[in-house]
Amino acid sequence: MKKGSTDIIIVKDLVKKFGNFVANDHLSFEVKRGEIFGFLGANGAGKTTAIRILCGLSLPTSGDLSVAGYDVYSQREKIKQNIGYMSQKFSLYDDLTVFENIRFYAAIYGLSKKEIVQRADVLMKKLQLEEARNKLIRDIPLGWKQKLALSVAIIHDPKIVFLDEPTGGVDPITRRQFWEMIYEAARNGITVFVTTHYMDEAEYCDRLSIMVEGRIAALNTPLALREEYQAKNMNEVFLKLARAQTEEVA
Amino acid sequence: MRTILYIIQKEFIQVFRNRRMLPIIFVVPIIQLLVLVNAATFEMKRINMAVVDLDLSGSSRQLTSKFQGSPFYQIIGAPFSYEEAEVLMQDGKVDVIIQIPNGFEKNLIKENHSQLQLVVDAINGASAGLINAYSTNIIMDFNREILIEWLNPIQLGGIRAIKFDSRYWYNPKLNYTTYMVPGILVLLVTIIGLLLSGMNIVREKEIGTIEQINVTPIRKIEFITGKLIPFWIIAMFELAFGLVIGKLLFNIPIVGSLWLIFLSAGVYLFVILGFGLLISTITNTQQQSMLISFFFMVVFILMSGLFTAIESMPEWAQLLDRINPIAYFIKIMRMVMLKGSTFTDISSLFYALVAYAALIISLAIWRYRKVA
Amino acid sequence: MNRFWGFVVKEFLHIFRDYRTLLILFGMPAVQLILFGYVVTNEIKDARIAILDQSKDETTRKITEKITSSGYFRLDRNLHTYSEIEEAFKEGDIKLVIVFESNFTRKLERERQAHVQLIGDASDPNTANILVNYATGILNNYLRTRNAEAIPLQILPETRMMYNKELKGVFMFVPGLMAMLLMLISALMTSISITKEKELGTMELLLASPLRPMQIVVGKVFPYVFLAFINACIIILLGNIVFGVPVRGSVTLLLFENFLFISMALSLGVLISCLTNSQQLAMMISLVALMLPTILLSGFIFPVENMPKVLQWLCHIMPPMYFITIIKSIMLKGNGLFYIWKETLILVGFTLFFILLSVKKFKIRLA
Repeated sequence: MKKGSTDIIIVKDLVKKFGNFVANDHLSFEVKRGEIFGFLGANGAGKTTAIRILCGLSLPTSGDLSVAGYDVYSQREKIKQNIGYMSQKFSLYDDLTVFENIRFYAAIYGLSKKEIVQRADVLMKKLQLEEARNKLIRDIPLGWKQKLALSVAIIHDPKIVFLDEPTGGVDPITRRQFWEMIYEAARNGITVFVTTHYMDEAEYCDRLSIMVEGRIAALNTPLALREEYQAKNMNEVFLKLARAQTEEVA
Repeated sequence: MRTILYIIQKEFIQVFRNRRMLPIIFVVPIIQLLVLVNAATFEMKRINMAVVDLDLSGSSRQLTSKFQGSPFYQIIGAPFSYEEAEVLMQDGKVDVIIQIPNGFEKNLIKENHSQLQLVVDAINGASAGLINAYSTNIIMDFNREILIEWLNPIQLGGIRAIKFDSRYWYNPKLNYTTYMVPGILVLLVTIIGLLLSGMNIVREKEIGTIEQINVTPIRKIEFITGKLIPFWIIAMFELAFGLVIGKLLFNIPIVGSLWLIFLSAGVYLFVILGFGLLISTITNTQQQSMLISFFFMVVFILMSGLFTAIESMPEWAQLLDRINPIAYFIKIMRMVMLKGSTFTDISSLFYALVAYAALIISLAIWRYRKVA
Repeated sequence: MNRFWGFVVKEFLHIFRDYRTLLILFGMPAVQLILFGYVVTNEIKDARIAILDQSKDETTRKITEKITSSGYFRLDRNLHTYSEIEEAFKEGDIKLVIVFESNFTRKLERERQAHVQLIGDASDPNTANILVNYATGILNNYLRTRNAEAIPLQILPETRMMYNKELKGVFMFVPGLMAMLLMLISALMTSISITKEKELGTMELLLASPLRPMQIVVGKVFPYVFLAFINACIIILLGNIVFGVPVRGSVTLLLFENFLFISMALSLGVLISCLTNSQQLAMMISLVALMLPTILLSGFIFPVENMPKVLQWLCHIMPPMYFITIIKSIMLKGNGLFYIWKETLILVGFTLFFILLSVKKFKIRLA
């Protein structure tokens, strides 16, 4: 990591095109070390595209990007050692047990045998999954799966964790618990980059970038955004921005 | 290195946990062996014949009973006209019609030669050729008997003869099973290996777990190797299993060294599994992958020399066969199992497979993209 | 009904956007036909032989020349001792060794008898058998011309090859190829495409839509009827133009029988997808239960009559054998429905049976 830099992710003029379709239109932003940074937007606004590029799963069309101090074009494998990722598509193996999933992913990140057993125990205790240790993933409820997926994504203590719509389809109570886990990760020094289309979740972020049709329409703390747009809540902010965008296009 | 071990462990757990796939993986080879070995034969066992005897003489009856006496022939009918016989053939009831014309015996005595007609259902060209050869042989035999019966030794003395001594090495009884089993063993490991590996990575693509893998710092070579080895072990086990069944049920000879068989099989499997993984990396759905694997498999098998000899193929096909791994391995298996060829005998084939394996696995690793 | 056609169009688009699959689907009949036409043949050509000539006189030289100029054999090498035979075989390329005894001509003239040894590499028994027979034939022919005086009392058989004068292998393979490809497209592809919707959970969505379950199944299956039918036509046309495989019977009847077989295979595919939940399983079942019988237990490559009784019974409870019989009968023998009504009825029976069974299974799942 570059010395003295507090920005752990730096994005300048990120453009991603699929044929004629522009998914990311000149995005520029920085994420500070240790903060919870949110991407709020409707489906198809380009959130997932951007997060996949930052994780090294997809290449940008143009722009300068650095993640954890490494270049997205030439040092993707270095980046991958320093990040965790949890996608909206379910990513644990259905036909493996809770423990087997933990062991497999931990091993891929190069944890030693001792560390694997140790962390798996701590993790299952924390999630109260000890009894489900030998249950197949397909047999446990969705909420547990999501929490487990997050824990697995940060099992190797990454510098940053990317969460792509992590709470889709989960009940409100589990969502709260999930956000508590996110706060805990942040307390432990992990930078959290999260995308969501839930307005209430947006309020939990330290800073928020609102995406509309591939562009960043606004970026600030939730409080500042509400003041700037004179709105009671995030929902209003979002609607105002979206309306402005449509008018502009029209 | 340690990472590879964990991938192998995971793949094994997944294979063995699949309660419905598991029996298929292990039952398929037995069915294949039993069915293929018995079904895949060009050996003629029964020829259905219709006799149209318009001569109704002693000789014509003698000839008919000669056919009747042969274990191959079954006289299905003795219609009074050729037209009736042809209806039987149209209906698929007879394979060959023999028509003995009126005056057959008379001509033989008076004019010293006589004709008769064979009509063969030639839709299956190969069988038709054999039926013709067998029938002609029986007629010639009959001819010789008549010669000896009707002529005196002095008349016979002027004829020169070449005595044939035909020997069939390595398989003196011309047992077809012996020949087929090594080839079928090859098919067995090929089908299982190619389909399992061909659908593997693409399956992770379809369910989405591949993303989670791609976002880790895992190296491409580790991932591919980790995927390769479990199927390699399964396929090697199947081969051993097949050899045991072949030995117990069909008593196939294993003249050469078992070690040599397993050594070449090991290399060959890297080719096939590498091929499957390559297909898996370039496709997006299991359906695509299955179709592509099936296509190449059928082409490779048909050209492999399993059913028909490579030497009888046209030049261009023989050239193409240089890139057909199945052809190499079937040749090796037959040479080692049936003739006891040694490593020196098969070395050029063996090294070709080694080069092939290296090439195809490198290709698979290269084609596996962690970035979409 | 509009909704239904919309669904069908969507299914078509799915298939036609996937150009790789299409390429293979339409390339497959062409490539396989060419393979069967040119490559998979039992004809013997240029088989490599070695000769161990202990006489090296006029007669053996003449016979050798006759053998090498026949087109069946190519002289790879001359051997000098018996011990070299083993070596020649083990290296793998020599298929037949011909051994002439010493003083061949003298023995033939004085003792009226000379000896030839034909040693075949019977690790391939079929080829060995044929090669030995061919070589014998050539030697016998030579002998007949040498026995100048006419042999008395000759029976001269005259052979006519029905339906396939030149004994072309393709004639035999075209019907089987049709059965295999129709089975592949209709049964295998449909079962995989339906189980895929199940595996990815999109089947639930479809079932929750206002489309009736029957419409969903028919809609999924419809494009494959189309593809399979086109494929059958490609095979018939290519076979006819390139290899001269005739259609001697009624074209309408031929197309109708194709349609019947496609329906049978599709209902089988639907049945399989009712029974399975994963694509891998559907594929494995299809391969074992469908492709294996279609290729092996149908008379496609290996004649059913040559098989042991048990396997013959198995062939008779598998639809492909009936279809292949029908196609051969119509295309090559020019027969009408009169000769094949039994087989046709059996196929109709199979189709109804599979449809009934899948409807029952489908209802159980929904309940």
